[in-house]
Amino acid sequence: MKPAPFDWHVPDSLDAALALKAALGEEARFIAGGQSLIPAMNFRMAQPAALIDLSRLPALAGITTEPDGGLTIGAMTRHRTVEHHPHPLLSEAMAEVAHPQIRARGTLGGNLAHADPASEMPAVMLALDASFDLRRAGGTRRLPAADFFLAPLTTALEPDEMLAAIRIPPLPPGTGTAFLELARRQGDYAMMGVAVVLTRAADRVASARLAFLSAGPTPMLAPRAAAALVGAGPDAFADAAETAAQEIDPMGSVQASIPYQRHLARVLARRALALAWGRAA
Amino acid sequence: MITVRLTVNGQPRTATVEPRRLLSDLLRHDLGLTGTHVGCEHGVCGACTILWDGQAVRSCLALAGQAEGAAITTVEGLSPADGSLSVLQQAFRDAHALQCGYCTPGMLATLTEFLAETPDPTEDQLRHALSGNLCRCTGYQHIVDAALLAAKRLREARP
Repeated sequence: MKPAPFDWHVPDSLDAALALKAALGEEARFIAGGQSLIPAMNFRMAQPAALIDLSRLPALAGITTEPDGGLTIGAMTRHRTVEHHPHPLLSEAMAEVAHPQIRARGTLGGNLAHADPASEMPAVMLALDASFDLRRAGGTRRLPAADFFLAPLTTALEPDEMLAAIRIPPLPPGTGTAFLELARRQGDYAMMGVAVVLTRAADRVASARLAFLSAGPTPMLAPRAAAALVGAGPDAFADAAETAAQEIDPMGSVQASIPYQRHLARVLARRALALAWGRAA
Repeated sequence: MITVRLTVNGQPRTATVEPRRLLSDLLRHDLGLTGTHVGCEHGVCGACTILWDGQAVRSCLALAGQAEGAAITTVEGLSPADGSLSVLQQAFRDAHALQCGYCTPGMLATLTEFLAETPDPTEDQLRHALSGNLCRCTGYQHIVDAALLAAKRLREARP
């Protein structure tokens, strides 16, 4: 028995879940798959007074394709489901999230709300320019992913709010994506990783977004590198990767020093740009 | 206290536990199924891996209450009712895939799901599939050998 004691709530409707959270406030946590929260509770780094289990709310799970080709992903959609979706970047990056046993239980919404800057999906959301539906009793607001992640394990969610859905815009024609990361072992936290979304117009880049994980206190976009790529061709990738490596804010770890993380960012960004370019053809 | 109803190895089971009870502890302490081993208790080692509705998951990363209504298979439920070994278990024995045996229940759970989904795996696929299960004795080679042997035997046994 590792976690500290807590009250256990299993609401049978979304409204009931939101009302509970509004009543219990910051001391209560929603629990989705629990693949980040339960280890934190086992270590007693997290000691919520109450847990509100979302697993009986099927309305929160599932992937819907919108008329414009974009996706709406319910927060309780399991990683495995997202991994098997044909979206090229979601499926490629999801295969790097922990291990299959974790992906069977973990959810996209839980992963994003946990806001670990070393996690893959927050960076992927920035690269895709996703936005999130944050629900509270009586209302929903939509926030761009770039405004959601504030600091390590800290998001823009208010105490009475739930991350209910993830909205992924359609990829424009001529778009290629790529995800690359380097970890010491399969499934470990990556020392550096990058997600690239690149749209081609013939032999030029029309637009590009690069987002890095394990590269700062939040997932990090590289806007200067992205701007430098517009109108350029593959011969600009090396310089853009160098720019990106200087734009990010890696924090260093026992496994990877800050200069080494910047080196990895440069190499991975160059390779990911080339991959995305080729796939956009 | 909460009452949890679930199916374990085909049998309906009920336990009344504190909400903070981990599924791994429910299986071991409340249901007496000590074949599920507990290693790190934070989701890294894979020793506690069980099958939950057919999918390999970490039982130390689930609360008992989350398993309400779930169909769980532990290592005790992997072998046939007559007490013989499953094809995978026999392959582990034949290929010397265990030494101390601590990681074995988790390895078997992971591989049971993986081989059902991937009947003819490459060694590379197998090593990826096993990346979430740590073994400190074997160096993995004999576990990979056993999984390949089991996959071959399972393919040959199919009509």
